[in-house]
Amino acid sequence: MQFTWSLMVFTLALAPLQAGTAQKISYNRHIRPLLSDQCFTCHGPDATKRKAKLRLDQREEALKPAKSGERAIVPGDPKQSALVQRIQTTDKSDQMPPSESHKSLTEEQKAMLVQWIAEGAEYQAHWAYLPVTKPPLEASAGHPIDALVGVRQKELGLHPAAQADRRTLARRLYADLHGLPAPPAAVEAFQQDQAPDAYEKLVDRLLGEPAYGERMAVWWLDLVRYADSAGYHSDKGRNVSPFRDYVISAFNKNKPFDQMTIEHLAGDLLPNASVEQRVGSCFNKLLLTTDEGGAQAKDYEARYMEDRVRAVGTVWVAQTWLCAQCHDHKFDPTLSKDFYAMGAFFADIDEPIIAAPDAGIPVLNEAMQQAAATVQAQLLTAQQTYDQNPPDILQRIDAWGKTQLDAGAKDAWVKGFEKPAAQRSEAEAKQLLDAYKAHAPELADLRKTLDELKAKQKALTETNPCIVTRSTANKKTVRVLPRGDFQNESGAVVTAALPSYLPKPTIEGREPNRLDLAQWVISRDNPLTARVLVNRLWKLFYGVGLSKTQEDFGLQGEMPANTELLDWLAAEMMDRKWDVKAMVRLMVTSRTYQLTSEVTPEMLARDPENRELTRQCRFRLDAEFVRDFELGTSGLLVRTIGGPSVKPYQPDGYWENLNFPTRTWDASTGDAQYRRGLYTWWQRMFLHPSLLAFDAPSREECTADRARSNIPQQALALLNDPSFVEAAKAMAARLLSEVPGDDSARITWLLRETLQRPPTAAERGTLLALLENHRAQFKTDAAAAAAIAKAGRPAPAGLDPAELAAWSSITRVVLNLHEFITRS
Amino acid sequence: MSPFPNIHRRAFLKQASYGFGAAALANLLGNDASAGGLPGTLAAPHHAPRAKRVIFLSMAGGPSHLETFDYKPLLEKMHGKPMPDSLTKGQQIAQLQGQPLNCFAPQHGFQKYGKCGHEFSSLLPLLGTVADELCIIRSVSSDAINHDPAHMFMNTGSQIAGRPSMGAWTTYGLGSEAQTLPGFVVLTSSGRGGQNQPIAARQWASGFLPSRYQGVHLRGTGDPVMYLNPPPGTSPDRQHDVVNAINALNAEHDALVHDPEISTRIAQYEMAFKMQSSVPELMDLAKEPASVMALYGCKPGDGSFAYNCLMARRLAERGVRFIQLYHKDWDHHGDIKQGISFKAEEIDRACMALLTDLKQRGMLQDTLVIWGGEFGRTPMSQGGNGRDHHNKGFSVWMAGGGVRPGISHGATDEFGYHAVQDPVDVHDLHATMQHLLGIDHTRLTYRFQGRDYRLTDIKGKVITPILA
Repeated sequence: MQFTWSLMVFTLALAPLQAGTAQKISYNRHIRPLLSDQCFTCHGPDATKRKAKLRLDQREEALKPAKSGERAIVPGDPKQSALVQRIQTTDKSDQMPPSESHKSLTEEQKAMLVQWIAEGAEYQAHWAYLPVTKPPLEASAGHPIDALVGVRQKELGLHPAAQADRRTLARRLYADLHGLPAPPAAVEAFQQDQAPDAYEKLVDRLLGEPAYGERMAVWWLDLVRYADSAGYHSDKGRNVSPFRDYVISAFNKNKPFDQMTIEHLAGDLLPNASVEQRVGSCFNKLLLTTDEGGAQAKDYEARYMEDRVRAVGTVWVAQTWLCAQCHDHKFDPTLSKDFYAMGAFFADIDEPIIAAPDAGIPVLNEAMQQAAATVQAQLLTAQQTYDQNPPDILQRIDAWGKTQLDAGAKDAWVKGFEKPAAQRSEAEAKQLLDAYKAHAPELADLRKTLDELKAKQKALTETNPCIVTRSTANKKTVRVLPRGDFQNESGAVVTAALPSYLPKPTIEGREPNRLDLAQWVISRDNPLTARVLVNRLWKLFYGVGLSKTQEDFGLQGEMPANTELLDWLAAEMMDRKWDVKAMVRLMVTSRTYQLTSEVTPEMLARDPENRELTRQCRFRLDAEFVRDFELGTSGLLVRTIGGPSVKPYQPDGYWENLNFPTRTWDASTGDAQYRRGLYTWWQRMFLHPSLLAFDAPSREECTADRARSNIPQQALALLNDPSFVEAAKAMAARLLSEVPGDDSARITWLLRETLQRPPTAAERGTLLALLENHRAQFKTDAAAAAAIAKAGRPAPAGLDPAELAAWSSITRVVLNLHEFITRS
Repeated sequence: MSPFPNIHRRAFLKQASYGFGAAALANLLGNDASAGGLPGTLAAPHHAPRAKRVIFLSMAGGPSHLETFDYKPLLEKMHGKPMPDSLTKGQQIAQLQGQPLNCFAPQHGFQKYGKCGHEFSSLLPLLGTVADELCIIRSVSSDAINHDPAHMFMNTGSQIAGRPSMGAWTTYGLGSEAQTLPGFVVLTSSGRGGQNQPIAARQWASGFLPSRYQGVHLRGTGDPVMYLNPPPGTSPDRQHDVVNAINALNAEHDALVHDPEISTRIAQYEMAFKMQSSVPELMDLAKEPASVMALYGCKPGDGSFAYNCLMARRLAERGVRFIQLYHKDWDHHGDIKQGISFKAEEIDRACMALLTDLKQRGMLQDTLVIWGGEFGRTPMSQGGNGRDHHNKGFSVWMAGGGVRPGISHGATDEFGYHAVQDPVDVHDLHATMQHLLGIDHTRLTYRFQGRDYRLTDIKGKVITPILA
């Protein structure tokens, strides 16, 4: 049966083409994804796996006649094209793709290929490798995002949903820009703000507050595989938290993304690198390392190099370079040689291969720097005083020496005083002077002062060290490892080189270094970095990337339905000199961002996955923010920025399978117990179970697209994790202490605090019924009420334990609601 | 295969919710999520399965094949003499790097067991009583030579972190029949001697597969499942009240916003609540007859490998698809003679009991039991009384679930160094395991980073001679 493209009826989900109209086939949108998925494994870039010498990823090759004279593709003539015959035949032995490949083409896909050949079989460069060009936009078009979204919606006959109400918008902005619950007063103020720029004012205020940097760090730390432990084997802790603080600060200070990139990859190579820039280079050191006895250095040297190449591939350019570790890439033009030449950029990193993490360099925050300077000055003064010798020093020494001799002191140096002063050699005199200074009671106070100052200085430099990259001229030799086998030394030695298939500068007369790599990553000619970055930012604020495949912009990556929008944003990012905050502001001020996330059946039918942005998305908060919402709403959250990682309560014995050495989790005490989720100690082998339940990754590899699951472990954690149980109790205590009035008024208050809206009648009824039931129970079960009162910090004195327990049931319900942990 | 297997279902449910109403939808999901257990991605197995479930006994640390299942009399003769260079040259070496490589005689005797005449360590006489059930593979090799990567390789088929473990692949493919327990459960134990090598949670992670397929560690101390028990002062009834109120409010909200995630959330709270009774029920051994306790030789809650074997049988009975037991401390760099006798004692009765118990209940025929470490140990001595890590040839045994009983497969050379006859690699073990479960290992895939990944990566051959 012959299909023609124009007669086929498509749903929008299948192909973003207008139903019922004839439209030319686009290679990038329709054909390449098909060929890549179905054909390139055997007829693509990997020469070693190529069958029948046929290559379909390059037009010239695909059009060449085979030995038999057959041509796979004859432009304009499907009947003469062997490809068409082979996909349409019913003869199993001839059929393509062959049945043993477990691949197959649908009739629609076959028809598309036929029509494409009929139309001339035009190829296009891969969309993500094309130079970023900015689609023209009239200044009068309004917000650029809305304009570009609108163009497509108009073509497709779609209409956007209504604007979300102000309560939802405030909650959405707080969740998206701070990862924190919106304070009810702020929501109400926004609801009542009649100013035409009320929304923009709120956005700007939130972007200016330090919680913005914390929120952005949660995203970025997944990408750069930030964790507090080494990862392999003993999974030892390591000093990296200053890097986390560097990331928070970078987003808050709005450090341009290009600068941040340079510091990540090569901060240590910058001329007169500052401590901050060196801390940035901790990025190269965040990989998994081992100190296992019996690990082979060559094995792990290769692993570290490979990790670093994968990391650059994932973090900045969304290229799955890891595939080229063993062979030329099967879909993308990445050669195995490219992979190892990229690895050679990191050959200068000076590090022992099999070793526990080193201590790193001291990193002082501003207050600590001031303290250190003061201590240094005091130390200098004290030392000068100590070093000054009064004119009568010789007499003093001898007088003191005599008292020592008289007292019968037996120390070796006391003997020196037996020799008369005049007969002492210079060295002997010096020895006695030192002995006098070290022991004489008249200098005791000064000595004490010096010791204290030195201890202070040491404490300051050891408080907050950070592992950083160190470079050596003595570079490691990097070879292509056939099949990735570190024992195979037959591969060619390679030097650092940028990927062969992407635009790059010419560097002559020297081997390029990590600084060159970083500059290539953020150069205007690099087609990937800006596209990848804006696509990821887009996911933060719109729920799903414009291209869904956050981690792959190679040939298997999803081409965005709205390439113009992605390209416009990428170009704008570079035009604005990598100003991330400006781009975030742009994204959250569009009308499209402000749409409701509620959905109608019509919308679902026409745009089921919301790829055309006819509405906003709803999604569960990230793991760290679930904690922040629970603690923030209950009033427990301590809003200190940065510092060493902390340990919220964790079930006993969770680390029982760690060893070398065995460790226990000592829960933080005081304020440190109540910090935001992102400050939780990130143990790769056993990540905190509450974070794990809500899909926080172990960060063993760079994670570009954190999952959002909905599993029973989340219910167990929210119901029973002592942190959340304590939050519920604290919320109940607040309610009882702060809210006068009857039960009903208190429930109104509770929903205002948690959901920023009044309860419905049914909600109120359910909660009141539960309250009455549990109140009656706890009145007669003092032991249970007392147990509940004991959770975490003591409740304020004077609260009735039965009331506190009963209300804790109510607050637990509310703090467990789907609506509470959902950004809508 | 759709990389987003849920999307169509979700979209369908979303549409359905307008016609059905929230209650009907919850019911629909409830059926989906609990009546049939955890759903897998395959509508039906690729072929008739021989095994319904797997019990994988991971002997962590690397048990010496040379003291357990692979008798090498030549080592006795060559004891103290250098290993032939031809065998060791250019091979990966762990702690023996740069040290003399001298032969080291087996430290314990071997004997023949069963009608089939399997020859293995005289330290395992009880296992010997079920020797005719065992299929011993003596030609296994692994790519990795250090514990952590070797565990990753054995569990995920890759040494790169972030890949799904075999238990996650299995539940992803087949789902699980367990109504109120996770489909993939992990237990750990340690005993005397050895090095107590660490085991990372990534060994049972779902990697890039959806999180619901991750293994759940059933712990011997504290809450058996993280956060299983209600907080102090909250009785099960009160907890139920709270869960009911949460679900009532969530359902009401769903009626307003039509978000299919809410129905799932409601089902998950129900599941969580059910686990608060199903897990204690699972762990309550009061109803196990004294004869069973005597067979395993364990006491309730003693945390021994034998206790975990009994738990494995109970999990299997309850429909759990993949059960993995780690027993640690097999890392005998020194004093292997003593160390191996400790370990043998800990597993001998336990393994015998598990196989006997499963058989008595008619479950061995559809339960695949696999025993093995992440690698074996060197024929060379380390420090005169131990053995180093060794990945070029070691032993694994299987029983039940469609495996030919009473046979052995493959062999190492006469030094026990290289797998030379019918060599089997880790991918082959995976392919065979999946085959027995009714899965074609080349067809159970998941799209990640632009590629269709599978447990066996691009390798894996089913070991057909061992299929019953």
